[in-house]
Amino acid sequence: MKKKKSGLFLTVLPLYLFTLCFVVGPLLYMVALSFTTNGSGSSTIWNFTLENYKKIAEPVYLKSFVQSFQLAITSTLLIVLMGYPFGYFMAKLSAKWKKRMMLLIMVPFWTSSLIRMYGWILILQAKGVLNGFLMKLGLIEEPLKILYSYPAVVIGMVYALLPFMVLSVYSSVEKMDWSYVEAARDLGANSIKAFFTITFKLTLPGLLTGVILTFIPSMGLFFIADILGGNKIVLVGSVIQDQLTRGSNWPFAAALAVVLMLLTSLMMFVYRRVTHVKDLEGLF
Amino acid sequence: MSEQLLELKNIKKGFGETDVLNGITLSIEKGEFITFLGASGCGKTTTLRIIAGLETPDSGRVFLDGKDVTSVPPNQRDVNTVFQNYALFPHMNVEANVGYGLKIKRVPKAEIKKKVAEILELVQLTGYEKRMPSELSGGQKQRVAIARALVNSPKLLLLDEPLGALDLKLRRTMQIELKRLQKKLGITFLYITHDQEEAINMSDRIVVMKDGRFEQIGTPDEIYNHPKTSYVADFVGNANVISGVVQKVTETEAQVLIENQMMYAEPITGICEGMKVNLAVRRENLKVCTECKEGLEAVLEDKSFTAGQLHLTLKLKSGKTLVSCRYGMDADLKAGDKVCVGWKPEHAVFVDLE
Repeated sequence: MKKKKSGLFLTVLPLYLFTLCFVVGPLLYMVALSFTTNGSGSSTIWNFTLENYKKIAEPVYLKSFVQSFQLAITSTLLIVLMGYPFGYFMAKLSAKWKKRMMLLIMVPFWTSSLIRMYGWILILQAKGVLNGFLMKLGLIEEPLKILYSYPAVVIGMVYALLPFMVLSVYSSVEKMDWSYVEAARDLGANSIKAFFTITFKLTLPGLLTGVILTFIPSMGLFFIADILGGNKIVLVGSVIQDQLTRGSNWPFAAALAVVLMLLTSLMMFVYRRVTHVKDLEGLF
Repeated sequence: MSEQLLELKNIKKGFGETDVLNGITLSIEKGEFITFLGASGCGKTTTLRIIAGLETPDSGRVFLDGKDVTSVPPNQRDVNTVFQNYALFPHMNVEANVGYGLKIKRVPKAEIKKKVAEILELVQLTGYEKRMPSELSGGQKQRVAIARALVNSPKLLLLDEPLGALDLKLRRTMQIELKRLQKKLGITFLYITHDQEEAINMSDRIVVMKDGRFEQIGTPDEIYNHPKTSYVADFVGNANVISGVVQKVTETEAQVLIENQMMYAEPITGICEGMKVNLAVRRENLKVCTECKEGLEAVLEDKSFTAGQLHLTLKLKSGKTLVSCRYGMDADLKAGDKVCVGWKPEHAVFVDLE
């Protein structure tokens, strides 16, 4: 018995070591760093201070937090509205079409997301594909100014994260036992009622997983805002990057990162409390 | 009393290339307990799904209470189903499961609560209201499924092998319970099973199905004692089917030549001299004796003792195998013994007559 246990421990030991070195270690270093003072250049003075956290309360930085959350919530909501029906109908396709759809969803992942974002510039810019198309159709007379605006950033976010929602809803609907829906129909529910009382409830874990898979990354995908939003929308991610590179204030960047992490965790905690989801598919 | 509740008219249904139902016609009376009996793949579940509205027939019509409901969706039919796998909603407790149909029909909450309590009492599940389906045993799930269907007081209750997943003992208890419920509520039951005992025990009428057709429709007594086809004789009564040629028909007996031996059966209309016929003799009616000269010569191939019965496997000269069974052990016979096989004329039934 004892031998068996130690054997098991040995097999998972590399995992523990890996996590310790590359996740727990850097995380602790970051937390420690956030309580220090920035020296000249990129050096750090190791004294305990709360100055970095006080600095976050300045309006400029607070605004970046608010904007990040706003953008994340807006994009996630849109992704839910688009992704659920998408995943649902995809799961109901024939086996042949399912494969084709899956391929179409995966193809974009073969290219760097950065390059795909530059692709959106070509589509959205004043003389871009979208405006050209709409003007040819005669729907608009002057080009829409979408690029370097809030909608452009939202479009980019939704585009980048939609597949995660689609796939997680898809896997949930795919696993659905349709005899429950038949039972509901048999008991007097029309198809819409059967959907909301049975199908939707039973595939909710997939949707909720999708929300987490889209919400958390959307807090960090600052490069989308940088590329498609011009300099109008400043997200926490951009501020952190700025402090790390141009500002070369690592302790402050660390403090920003710690607060962002705590806020995101808090959101997730509240979210799980509200939705009563215990087992999110494949997560936690 | 003999009002018609359900009528199936020449229902045909195929999936892809295969025909599942080849034109079936049937009418069911109000208050009847009717059973569809057949091996898996015979089309009995498809028939049930067509009646429930979960499947549309390729041709033919379904009438419920005189109304053509062929293309009426399932939620608008006064029919409820107990599904094979129960299909209890996993995210709802027993109370919500049972009350689902009433809630959909916007019955006031207080009334739902009352009706659910009543029906749960009827299926002896009072006190289980707050349990989730995952916390129930197979038998309890079964009863919830039945309660969930019955609480809507359907005109017709469809049951798709509802006892298939239960163990033998529980199955027996549930058979009695279902019959009791059906008598008490007076609701028409359409029951599907592949278990002939279940069918015989519970039904007013049995429909034996094979390859998407009805082989025979009749009371359990008719089906068991007077099978019309060799399939019914074999499937329901475990009978031996032996072919021979009719030699002579009198008022009291029919003489049939089987393997050069004259055998006797009760005459029925429709047979004549020279006709090739099949005779069905149930195992318990097939007599085996060592001394007597009359009867078919056979060799005892094997004997086995199961469930209090001795099964004798006998090989005729032609190579055909028959099975006879009797109660108790019989030490006198051993494999390889030459014996004679016979039956009383009233125990041989002519089957497969057109």
